[in-house]
Formats: sequence, C-alpha cells, structure tokens
Amino acid sequence: MSSLSRDDVANLARLARIEMSEAELVSLSSEFTVILDAVARVQEVAGADVEPTSHPLPLRNVFRPDVVVASLTSGEALSGAPAQEESRFRVPQILGEE
Amino acid sequence: MAAQIASGQTSSVELTQAHLDRIESVDTDVHAFLFVDSQGALAQAAAVDAKRAAGEKLSPLAGVPLALKDVMTQKGIPTTAGSKILEGWRPPYDSTVVVNLKKNDIVILGKTNMDEFAMGSSTENSAYGPTHNPWDLTRIPGGSGGGSSAALAAFEAPLAIGTDTGGSIRQPAAVTGTVGVKPTYGGVSRFGLIAFSSSLDQAGPCARTVLDAALLHEAIAGHDPKDSTSINAPVPQVVNAAKSGDVKGMKIGVVKELNGEGYQSGVRTRFDESLELLADAGAEIIEVSAPNFEYALAAYYLIAPSECSSNLARFDAMRYGLRVGDVDGASAESVMNLTREVGFGREVKRRIILGTYALSSGYYDAYYGSAQKVRTLITQDFNKAFEKCDVMVSPTCPTTAFKIGEKSNDPIAMYLNDIATIPVNMAGIGGMSLPAGLAPEDGLPVGFQIMAPAMQDQRMYLVGAALEAALLTKWGAPLLSLAPVLAGK
Repeated sequence: MSSLSRDDVANLARLARIEMSEAELVSLSSEFTVILDAVARVQEVAGADVEPTSHPLPLRNVFRPDVVVASLTSGEALSGAPAQEESRFRVPQILGEE
Repeated sequence: MAAQIASGQTSSVELTQAHLDRIESVDTDVHAFLFVDSQGALAQAAAVDAKRAAGEKLSPLAGVPLALKDVMTQKGIPTTAGSKILEGWRPPYDSTVVVNLKKNDIVILGKTNMDEFAMGSSTENSAYGPTHNPWDLTRIPGGSGGGSSAALAAFEAPLAIGTDTGGSIRQPAAVTGTVGVKPTYGGVSRFGLIAFSSSLDQAGPCARTVLDAALLHEAIAGHDPKDSTSINAPVPQVVNAAKSGDVKGMKIGVVKELNGEGYQSGVRTRFDESLELLADAGAEIIEVSAPNFEYALAAYYLIAPSECSSNLARFDAMRYGLRVGDVDGASAESVMNLTREVGFGREVKRRIILGTYALSSGYYDAYYGSAQKVRTLITQDFNKAFEKCDVMVSPTCPTTAFKIGEKSNDPIAMYLNDIATIPVNMAGIGGMSLPAGLAPEDGLPVGFQIMAPAMQDQRMYLVGAALEAALLTKWGAPLLSLAPVLAGK
C-alpha cells in the first residue's frame, strides 16, 4: 500500500510552489493513500518489454520556415502584467540580500 | 439556421439577438456562461449580414452564433479557464480556433463555464460556481465542458466549442442529450488552448445534430504552423459523411470491456437498442475486446496530473494573472507560493501535487513511466480491434447525470465517470458522443460513443448520422424537445 505522510505532501507543495494550510496538508495526505492505491495498478501490466508512449503522434523536430512574422508589441505583452515599470515586467525580489 | 439566414428568412443579427435574449432569460438558472459579449456578437453579426447583402460568398455556418469554452483565448475578451488565478485577464491574442471561427463568420456569443483548467467531470470545480443541467437543474451538466453542453441543451446557443482531455466534450454531451466530437489528436490546433495535459488535450465541436457538428468540425480543423503537434494532412471529409449516413457493410465493434457491470441498466437498454438500429441500417455488429482498457483510468490519472504539474507552472504571478503578497521585501518565491495557494482550487492543487510526486526522482519509473507503458498497451488494443472493425462503440458514460454535490468529496467515484472516454485520448484517436435516448428509470439522457482510428474521423460521422436518423424516426421529434425544465421559458 502506497501512502504519503503530511510531511511528504508539505515537501511536494514546496516543490510545486503552493502554500498550504495544516488542514489541507493533512486532508491531502489521507486522500493520496486512496488515489495512489488506485493509480498504482498501472504497475501490474507495465512489463520491461513494453515501450513507453509519451505522445500519440510520432513527430520529430517540427520546424517552420525561418521567416520573421509579426509578434505581440511590448504593450500587448505587458497588458496582463500584475505590475510593470518602464515597459518591463516588475517582479518581486528574486535574489537574496548578500 | 444557416439555411434560414442564407435564404433571407432571418438575419444573423436577429438570430444573435434571439440567443442573447434566451441567455438573459434562462442563464440565471443554468449558469452556462461566464461572460456574454453582447456588443461584440451583435457587431460581428451585423458585419456578416453586410457581407451577405453585398453578395459575398460565405461559409456554410456564416452568421450562426456559438458559445466558446473559456479555456480558449479570444483577444480582448476575459478568459479564465474557470480559475481565480486568471480572473480579469484579457488575452492579447486569438487562439487558432477563434481565428478559424472568425474566418468562417461564426458569431461568438461569449465564454462558457468549465471545471477549473478543465479538470473535472461535473463543472463543479469551476471557481465561479457550478453549471446546472437543463434536463434537471439539481444535476451536473458533465465536465469539464459543462457550460458548452448546457448552453446547447438550453437553446442558448446552437453551436459550441469544447476541449477533451479525458472526455470533457463527450461526457457533457452524453448527460445533456447533445452531440460532441473529440477529433483525432492534432486535427484541430491547440494554439491558444490553455494547456492542461498537452499530449491529451484536443478541441472539438459541440452541437445539437451530427451534421452541425461536422460543419463546425471542418470550420475549425486543419494544419496550423503555430502548433507543432498539428497534423499536416487534409481534414477528413466529415460533412460529406454526416450527409451520407450510409453504414451498409460497415463493421461496428462493441467493446466487451466497456459494458455490463458498473453500467446503469437504462444506459445499457438504450445502448443495445441503438445497436439494433444500426444493424437494421445495414451495419454488421461484432464484439471486440480491449483487455488493457481497465488500466486506462489509472494511467490517465498519472499522465494528466504529471503534464499539468508542468503546464501550470506558468501561473507564477509574474507576467499575467493574479499576484498575491507582493509587499515590500517579499521574495518572488513567497509571492508565487501565496498566489498559487489563493488562485488554484482544490482539485487543481490535488493534481499538481500528484503529478509532482509521479515525476519525482525515485518514483518516476513506478508511476509516470508505467503509465506511459499502459498507454502503449491501450494503443495496441485499439490497433488490434480496428483490424476487425471500422469503428468501435460503447456507452459514453456508465451513468446518467448525477446530482450536484453527490460525488464532489469522492475523487475516485468522480474519476470513474470517464472510464469509457479516456482510452480514446490515450491513443489520440477520434471519439463522438450522440444522444441514444432517455434512461427509463430516471428520464435522463444517455450517450452513445463512437470511436474511429486516427484521421478516420469521417467514420464516426457516418455511423452517428445513421443512428441519429434512425432514432429521429423512432422518436418522431428531437430528444431535446422533451427536456422538461426550461420548456415554459
């Protein structure tokens, strides 16, 4: 039986960049016991001799002609920005102080 | 309707206004729409009428109104994908589907409700509240495209666009008594479709008849250089097929594993009756087996969450959408964490966490890797079965529409709804659902699913048109004329 502890879920939430309340961590960890049991069934038939499929179409390296086409103006690209400054996206601090 | 406009009996403006009035009168009950673009729709309709008056040659659906699922971008029109994280966002570009709709002069009425980021089977996961089934307002209209199917069933729009990752076009069509088609993967461009699971997502037509769906299918399909997974080949001749409906000599394979136990008795009754009608129309009915389909659901709930955990990383509060906690000195990471906590709903978080786990080192082979192998096995099952038959068929869903709230606390029971629709997405082939009648025990619509090999979409339309014609003769009137709830309105 597979399961995820509250701490496992907290770690995954950190990796996925989602803040979670204690109540949410606990309820998700109990739901995951049921969900993981259900999805683990894939292991029953996935033998070493079966090739994996990642995509329904067998495509490789699709290119378009190397021709300049119109793109969004900077005004359009910034139109949905939560914050902007001097025609650029303004974002919170990314690097630490030191 | 298109014929009435073309013959001058009515204008696109009159037709569009009539649908806007209908939305005004019933959508407080149904809640199919998240945004209605009255001004834009009427302006588009007036432009079509002007073109017609000037004698321009127009497309078959020119002037007919349509409801657009809110997962498709439309320039300048609010697009949320049913999520708070995109509340108020107005895309700076049109999706290719919208470009094609406009090119065909199809009038876009507004954006329809959906499960958040198309994750769900009931439209209850929308951050903007559930949509109600026009057959019974206490029941779900299916999902994720419940808004599009409900709009059709409530006569708020004659055409709609849906997207189907695990059944989100076909299951809503089944439970609302409408027609929905998931084309072959790559048949319709995904450019501007807000991604959930990129290797499974496929946009397609929703309508009240098979021919309407075919006309819309041809309007939106075709190669698009902006989507590298779009198929560069001629669009299957689906309109001709829908007009013909000739199934003489066709072999129809009933999937043994998608019937029987777990399927409501009224669903089985209507399904069997449809098979008899198709046999009467000259098709040969055989049984085919797909032993690995029973693993499809489990594989889907690993592959789709894995892809979504990556796709939804773009909602990082930096370039568009919601931003929370951006106080002086706050780090980008804390802003992301807080924004995604507030912006995403419970089901979306559940799937992101599940996908993050399935892709994490040490678990990748056991979960995501195994699921990819199951995908191969399912494709092989389809290939073997299609050696024996031209199309495969099954009920679209195990049950008719359930009550709103009935399954929202039981993710596994909710996921089981898609058991018959998911294999099609895994293999990237085409699938259609059309109404097969009402289940005797509850009087609710039952869906009949047709599956065809990749790029043989026309076969679904042949069989769909044949069954639709036979059922219409039997009923004497379209199924939707029996929908009780909104009859007086």
